[in-house]
Amino acid sequence: MHVIVCVKQVPSVEKVRVDPETGRIAREEAPTMINPEDRNALEEALRVKEKLGWKVTALSMGPPQAEEALREALAMGADHAVLVSDPALAGSDAFVTSRVLAEAARRLQPFKLILCGSRSVDGETGMVGIQLAEELGLPQVTWAVNLTVEGDTVTAGRWVDGWYEVVEARLPAVVTVVGEINKPRYPTMRGIMEACRRKTVEVVTLKDLGIPPSSVGLNGSLTVVERVFQPERRRGGIVLRGSVDELARKVAEVIVRELARG
Amino acid sequence: MDFELAEEQKIVRRTVREFAEREIAPKAKEYDEREEFPWEIVEKLFEQGIMGALIPPEYGGSGMDSVSQTIAIEEVARACAGTAMTLAIHSSLCTYAILKYGSDEQKEKFLPKLAKDTVGAFSLTEPEAGSDPSGMRTTATLDGDEYVLNGTKIFVTNGGVAGLVIVFARTPAEEAKRSITAFLVEKGTPGLKVGKKESKLGIRSSNTTELILEDCRVPKENVLGGVGEGYRIALASLDSGRVGIAAQSLGIAQAALDASIRYSKERVQFGSPIARFQAIQWMIADMATEIEAARLLTYKAAYLRGKGERFTKEAAMAKLYASEVAMRAARNAVQIHGGYGFTREYEVERLFRDAKGTEIYEGTSEIQRMVIAGQLLR
Repeated sequence: MHVIVCVKQVPSVEKVRVDPETGRIAREEAPTMINPEDRNALEEALRVKEKLGWKVTALSMGPPQAEEALREALAMGADHAVLVSDPALAGSDAFVTSRVLAEAARRLQPFKLILCGSRSVDGETGMVGIQLAEELGLPQVTWAVNLTVEGDTVTAGRWVDGWYEVVEARLPAVVTVVGEINKPRYPTMRGIMEACRRKTVEVVTLKDLGIPPSSVGLNGSLTVVERVFQPERRRGGIVLRGSVDELARKVAEVIVRELARG
Repeated sequence: MDFELAEEQKIVRRTVREFAEREIAPKAKEYDEREEFPWEIVEKLFEQGIMGALIPPEYGGSGMDSVSQTIAIEEVARACAGTAMTLAIHSSLCTYAILKYGSDEQKEKFLPKLAKDTVGAFSLTEPEAGSDPSGMRTTATLDGDEYVLNGTKIFVTNGGVAGLVIVFARTPAEEAKRSITAFLVEKGTPGLKVGKKESKLGIRSSNTTELILEDCRVPKENVLGGVGEGYRIALASLDSGRVGIAAQSLGIAQAALDASIRYSKERVQFGSPIARFQAIQWMIADMATEIEAARLLTYKAAYLRGKGERFTKEAAMAKLYASEVAMRAARNAVQIHGGYGFTREYEVERLFRDAKGTEIYEGTSEIQRMVIAGQLLR
């Protein structure tokens, strides 16, 4: 029995900068981390492991550096780690990513559960987990704030428009989780040492997965990011001072002026 | 030659940094103000395997390499130098001494505790004996299968919270250097009492006390490294302890730099952030350069320690330089913060007080220079 957790390496949010010339995220300079909600997903998988004795496999698609994120997943307690890495994958959108991850997951069968963060802090599409379930033809529960695995079902709670919903799905299933679900553990020092000294990150290529390079990357993607930009800063407010009468007059002036501007 | 950290060292840095930023830093001010030992944090440091950094896995420790352990101390100090003090003494001094000089039985008995929940201490200093142990008055007399210890120790870091203390005492011998013995004394041993707790300028969340030994009976098998070996053990352990303090100093210096960069970009005077002024830029450039140099010295000393090579000179250099860098960085950080830096509101005020300690304990700057010169002029 095992749980697959999809893990994405993302730039550290607070340190990230968009290059004003190219409009691209300056990834080279930003330190990286495991996408926060993926860490929640991993924590949830580790709890399943502790309760039911299932194995945990961390799965990622990304450049060779993403191995570091998987190493961290191993340090937290994942048993295995698989990185799908191939130069042809550069520029892949959520659609392609989920197809590749689905193919990698198929090769990891039999699994009982796939856990994903509901969205990544860099791309923010929130699509990969959902499309992954579709690709695999599995039931899915999204935005879980709690989950329980019992027998052949997973039961998860989720908030939708102020309503709390409890959804049951037959395993194997895909569940995407949100940050509230748990507080992820920190890797222990011993966990780090073991992850680096004794565990390995298995790297697989498109060829290993039998995926033609022409069907991935920018070529295979259905969506294109046209432009990334930092929104213009909003102007600061205007402070008006004076007596009540003066203020009333000034406010009226501002309104008239702004209206005139359109 | 390779200046790149190993993967495990990078992950240790990132993990301990995040842990320290979230779990330690928000409480550092409060523990400093209340001069209270941060038990809650220390328990978490045990859980994460940071206290047991150097202890091999077979004894329940983390089995970290020497540089990783140093990085962990540095990152804890960046959040709270007092907590880092507890950690450095526990790990770099007490644990290190047992790892290096303990018998198999002693390792089996004490290392699992030091990895799990028992804080360690190291007790050399006395009112008449500091860096010069020749004035040591504490005595140990053999009586049957036990040594009877009498005397007073001062400035014992972790003194009031430790479950295990390495106590140095005089055991008569012809040769002066052979007249000191190290003993492993457990908390609760009759005759071991915690005396006055010091109230300090900085590093206030660390616990510094007197230890009083009154007919304290310690079983013979608790002699560490053999009778008469105390002097050698003290010197060698202090080499390691100095790497720990160098790491603590680095953390303080880095915190001062981080705060200075943050503040100077925010603080606007004469229509622009003060970071645009050359006077501030030069301070920040100097701080960063000195910190980098201190870091290289410290990691090199840690690296040599890990390889089991002699590192007396390198440890003294690292400790001397890093502590003085910490003091300068903290002083300039207060200067950059101006009036705000002088208030308790801002972290740099605490860093300034904490930094001063690093130039004093584990051998003052003057003693470090003596050690370095001694190594060069042999």
